[in-house]
Amino acid sequence: MKVSVDVAVVGGGAAGMAAAKAAAEAGAKTLLLEREERLGGVLDQCIHPGFGLHRYREELTGPEFAFRLLSELERTKAEVVTGATVLAVRPGPELLVASEKGLIKVQARALVWAAGARERPFGPLLIPGTRPAGIFTAGLAQKLVNIHGLLPGKRALILGSGDIGLIMARRLHLEGIEVVGVAEIKPFPGGLLRNVVQCLEDFGIPLFLRHTVAKIHGHKRLSGVTIMEVDEQGQPIPDTEKFFALDTLVLSVGLIPEVRPLEPFFPQGVMVNNLFQSAVPWIFFAGNALTVFDLVDTVARIGEEAGRNAARYAQEKPPKPKAVPLRKGQNVSVLVPHEVIPGEPAHLFLRVPRPLSRATIRVADVYAKNQVSLRPAEMVEIALPPEATAELAQLPQAEVEVIPA
Amino acid sequence: MIREFPCVSCPLGCLLRVKLGDGKIEWIEGNRCARGEAYAREEITDPKRVLATSVKVLGGDYPLVSVRTDQPIPKRLIPEIMEVVRKLCVEAPVEIGQVLVSNVAGTGANLIATRRVLPQAGKTEDLPNAFSRSTGRDRPQDLYPLAKEESLDEKDAGG
Repeated sequence: MKVSVDVAVVGGGAAGMAAAKAAAEAGAKTLLLEREERLGGVLDQCIHPGFGLHRYREELTGPEFAFRLLSELERTKAEVVTGATVLAVRPGPELLVASEKGLIKVQARALVWAAGARERPFGPLLIPGTRPAGIFTAGLAQKLVNIHGLLPGKRALILGSGDIGLIMARRLHLEGIEVVGVAEIKPFPGGLLRNVVQCLEDFGIPLFLRHTVAKIHGHKRLSGVTIMEVDEQGQPIPDTEKFFALDTLVLSVGLIPEVRPLEPFFPQGVMVNNLFQSAVPWIFFAGNALTVFDLVDTVARIGEEAGRNAARYAQEKPPKPKAVPLRKGQNVSVLVPHEVIPGEPAHLFLRVPRPLSRATIRVADVYAKNQVSLRPAEMVEIALPPEATAELAQLPQAEVEVIPA
Repeated sequence: MIREFPCVSCPLGCLLRVKLGDGKIEWIEGNRCARGEAYAREEITDPKRVLATSVKVLGGDYPLVSVRTDQPIPKRLIPEIMEVVRKLCVEAPVEIGQVLVSNVAGTGANLIATRRVLPQAGKTEDLPNAFSRSTGRDRPQDLYPLAKEESLDEKDAGG
């Protein structure tokens, strides 16, 4: 089967639904492809509250947020195909899609890639010991508990204090699993403070900062883990071993944007301008496939922007605008977009690598703002007005830095 | 004693500091609005939370329906409410927003469904469901017999 569209959107989570909705509203013939049987992405398993405060001005759970966004999408003419996996993306542009109806070749004028992120798995952590059953990534444990109604075990430790890890500590505790603690290798929690309070402190679950799992025990099924304190370099300190008898280890050790089918296009990695347009002008990025965001509200807003821009590209085929590269300066660990078109408004998203109580955020000499209590878990968004980006035009590159006060 | 915790009244997340003496609040700082002060007071005296969990469903396309309280409930009642939820079982269909338990544990809050759960696949073609639209969940598995392999072969041969 062959279909031809203006904009193809890959991934039916918040970013993809928002992108498809906006592209269709902009008059583009839009097709949304989703691998799972349902739209919603990870929202469907995030049954905890905390979503929608910006977009809908009320506190919703993940499924509720997805339902609202889906209702918005359904009011548009965007076509949706679920149970559809993108096998390959080729210049053309053409997408090769495996679906229930067979192989579909999708010819598109623009692509919005919104395939989300994958959890970092156990293997790359290189933790000594055995390799028994009972080790789950947090998102998998979440899916088992919240979607399938299955409990992963009876006694658990969480490794990593990212938001999903904290949320799962509470969720497992509520479902009657004994959560002995959350181990975090850094000296500060990886997730939002409110989650530390409401997921751990509320239930008396200990947080072991500067700790990591040093050994896995058990054959066939996990029988326990040894955790150890680490030094400044993250190396275990001798004689700090603590053993916990457990049958479950839950990993919340980071998310990796999913871009594999696009890798041939981006040997140097994915970089986008402030239209969320990549170096390949017909490929746009949205959501966690670009960088891991904190709030679904932001993801939906950016998804809409990427969708609108992709629609405009599909309709007008404008030449790719010249842009000034941004460079990560001091205390900037994450920075998106990677380049800015002078004279266009731009939103920059950045993270700091360590907590800073007071700092100034600078973009070259065109923008400076003082900010209090910056934390790695909380992404900072700065809005550059067109006047500010216009001033960047003369520069070979613009440095973005966070200067501690 | 000084207790520190982030305000959750809005996404700003001010870090609140509350000085306690003799179990009483002496002062509150760090808040940038009146809601922050009210939250700090409540957090010390009787903290409230929205409880989100899930309830067993019979005959549904999901084995569980996710639920939450429609307003914050006292934190101390969470174990009691979880006991109620554990014993609860509802039958599909369940509509998003549907009240499953009203005035749960006498809190004045209702336990509401946060997703739509349809009766099991095969019986539900005529039911509108946003989540299962063109998803295959509401469609008999054999709707496209043989078509898969045939079209795959054709397309592959055609290159």
